[in-house]
Amino acid sequence: MKRLLVAILAATLLAACESEPADDRTASFTSIYKARSSGATLLRGATVLTGTGERLDNSDVLIVDGKIVEVGEGLSHDGAELVDADGKWLTPGVIDVHSHLGVYPSPSTESHSDGNEISAPVTAEVWAEHSVWPHDPGFVAALAGGVTSMQILPGSANLMGGRGVTLKNVPGRSVMEMKFPAAPHGFKMACGENPKRVYGGRGVAPTTRMGNVAGYRAAWIEAADYRDKMAAAADGKGEAPTRDLKLETLAGVLDGEILVHNHCYRGDEMAVMLDIAKEFGYKISAFHHAVEAYKIADLLAENDTCAAMWADWWGFKMEAYDGIRENAALVEIAGACAIIHSDSGIGIQKLNQETAKVIGAAARSGVDILPEVAIQWITKNAAKSLGIDDVTGTLEAGKMADVVLWNGDPFSVYTRAERVYVDGALAYDRNNPSINPVTDFTLGTAASAGGAQ
Amino acid sequence: MKPLIVATLLGLLTSVSAAQTIAIVGGTVHTVGPQGSIENATVIITDGRIAAVGSDIKPPDGANVIDASGKVVTPGLFTPDGYLGLVEVGLSAGPLDAVQRGEQFTASFDVAEAFNPRSTLIAINRIEGITRALIVPRAAEPDLLGYTSNVISGLAAVVNLSGNTNSLDRRAAALVVNLGEGGVAYAGTSRASAQLLLRNALDEALDYREHGDAFERGQHRDYTLSLTDLEALQGVIAGDIPLFANVDRASDIAALIRLSDDYNIRAIVSGGAEAWMHAEELAAAKIAVILGPADNLPANFDRINARSESAAILAAADVRVMFADGDGHTHNARNIMQSAGNATVAGLSWDDSLRAITLTPAEVYGVADRVGSIEVGKIADVIIWPADPLELTSYPDQVFINGKSLPMTSRQTLLRDRYRDITSDEPPAYRN
Repeated sequence: MKRLLVAILAATLLAACESEPADDRTASFTSIYKARSSGATLLRGATVLTGTGERLDNSDVLIVDGKIVEVGEGLSHDGAELVDADGKWLTPGVIDVHSHLGVYPSPSTESHSDGNEISAPVTAEVWAEHSVWPHDPGFVAALAGGVTSMQILPGSANLMGGRGVTLKNVPGRSVMEMKFPAAPHGFKMACGENPKRVYGGRGVAPTTRMGNVAGYRAAWIEAADYRDKMAAAADGKGEAPTRDLKLETLAGVLDGEILVHNHCYRGDEMAVMLDIAKEFGYKISAFHHAVEAYKIADLLAENDTCAAMWADWWGFKMEAYDGIRENAALVEIAGACAIIHSDSGIGIQKLNQETAKVIGAAARSGVDILPEVAIQWITKNAAKSLGIDDVTGTLEAGKMADVVLWNGDPFSVYTRAERVYVDGALAYDRNNPSINPVTDFTLGTAASAGGAQ
Repeated sequence: MKPLIVATLLGLLTSVSAAQTIAIVGGTVHTVGPQGSIENATVIITDGRIAAVGSDIKPPDGANVIDASGKVVTPGLFTPDGYLGLVEVGLSAGPLDAVQRGEQFTASFDVAEAFNPRSTLIAINRIEGITRALIVPRAAEPDLLGYTSNVISGLAAVVNLSGNTNSLDRRAAALVVNLGEGGVAYAGTSRASAQLLLRNALDEALDYREHGDAFERGQHRDYTLSLTDLEALQGVIAGDIPLFANVDRASDIAALIRLSDDYNIRAIVSGGAEAWMHAEELAAAKIAVILGPADNLPANFDRINARSESAAILAAADVRVMFADGDGHTHNARNIMQSAGNATVAGLSWDDSLRAITLTPAEVYGVADRVGSIEVGKIADVIIWPADPLELTSYPDQVFINGKSLPMTSRQTLLRDRYRDITSDEPPAYRN
């Protein structure tokens, strides 16, 4: 049901993304992203990983006016620019569900440190998009890695860190020019060590994991009350409470309009978080950094909750001590939704490589993960957790033409993204650097000539 | 199928004593030595050393023959920077033995004394091909008592990942110093003060070399450094111990080159985001560079010209390059082959990339007479790979250190195997 609503909403806004929003409350900060104009492009003769779980050899992808029109063999289209993709691979644009580009940009000076509102353990009222610096050189570097969309999240210092925002990976002067049209907001929550360390260090709650849980539950009780009073007032019963940005966000989660992205490493803590979600009637869209997802992969499948994981980060803190390379593969074979995420300006440039390391590790333990399955970890499954899989994440007719042409198998260390299309427009061309974006910050440095290539 | 074969191999090999002869036959051997790469080659290991390498060698009678047909054989990999055996968990969970703080010991602070060969990180990195490592002291934020780190962090050591009690290969393999933005934090106000502190320390070491006896007799001025630190610096001014400088900005690298020239000492650049801008000068000064080639972002103003092609540019100028995992993430030292593979795309040759993670660190840290390549007489650190070792999906079938075949298990593979069948009714704690 919710998915359908999102799809209808998305279609409406896409059709009329310049039209005046009806509700004042949503008038601010809406997307004003406009796809760059593009005609028709026919990429021919590639190995196509569609993102739907299929691999099509020697196949074509036809893009017209920013949309994928057809995927198959022997396509033709009058006036289309022909791109010879023989020996090359095509995949959907890569999507990173966990990025801090713009909120913790390069250079990482104190002046730029805008990702954690470390003033209270619950700051549901803050929105990551209000911290995004669009000139972060990391966006361009990520584009060269094939990334066409990403979610920018607040950090994990707080139990409830605020709203995340999904962006198209396009240059903009403001975040509104980058916002993914009609994408739902994300909501950042954090388990475990970080909140208790940050606030415990100041001698205020939470200082323990049980303090963490009490903190979430207290916030949801308050939010449910606010939501109920708002609903009653709308029915003419009683006075509406004063608008409260924190409770408005939390109520949006309870109503299913805002998707929960929960930083949580340990399996036992993920299980507790799933119970809290049951208690208050919300859904966890994805656990992030889910280092122990392999220990509870069956629970994830049952709850339709994705696990967003690194390929191999482990041990940098206690809750990451049980990290294993095969994590994502074991989540996959349990029938749950596996995602590879970056949380890093370097990692986001090579999500295909991080995925490849998992494929290899799984193979050594006798688990075969096919490329057409693994590609979903950085495309379709990522889109699903962000609530944008109706419009991107796979190469299917009618979807946004967010497409990467790789100069070989994307899971080889020797392969690079050769061309990246965003809504059908050529956004990056490895062989023609003059067309590639250059951020304000890197003007005049070698980075603009080479670093981000 | 493959895991079964490996398991069988392992069963055979663990029963072989080091004194026995092992013959690895049929693989493509990249010796990284004068013999280059040899197809369908045999490597003979006797008493822990390489006894023979070549394409026309028959395994001696009684040798334990390992079929490596269709596989790739390389020297063990050498990670040139990190804290293996000096840390278990990075944050809020026990000590980080690499950290130097306080004025009492700087140059003489020696991480070799803290190395733990049984750290879980050792096996986890070993099964992925890392056989030797430089372990380094490091600077860190001031502690709760206000002790700060110094421009000079102390002595680094070369260790092997055999897990044996005696895993130290070479003490005092380098002296770690912090220049550039890092140095500012520990020197006070400016990178100029970091240079001054370092030069003062070298001047005092030189003076002590000349006047140590007079000093002992109380007939010489006092030094600002302690005697143990002055002793530790003697190897540096003699040219035996290289300065391992954490430094990124081109101008700071130029200052390091001047310093190494002024004192006629050896140096190594670690980080080196802008080292490519002084490639010629670094080559002339014989200064090697440790890079993370994927580290192409202007993460701070010292790294404003960071770029992916650094390794290729440096190598083209004849600078010796090495790779450390991107952010000094010791737990994943095992990812240096990914860095090496990526460097080939930016223009480094495949042979040079493999050399960067094997022989070059051995040379730079003074142990190339023993390890770093598959050459007759060297210690047998050998890896059998199913395919190209730089490829992301390639994990070792078998690792040998000191000629011994080591178990291909770690705490992580045990965790994996315990949870692999998520549908099992048996509680995980009983799945042993």
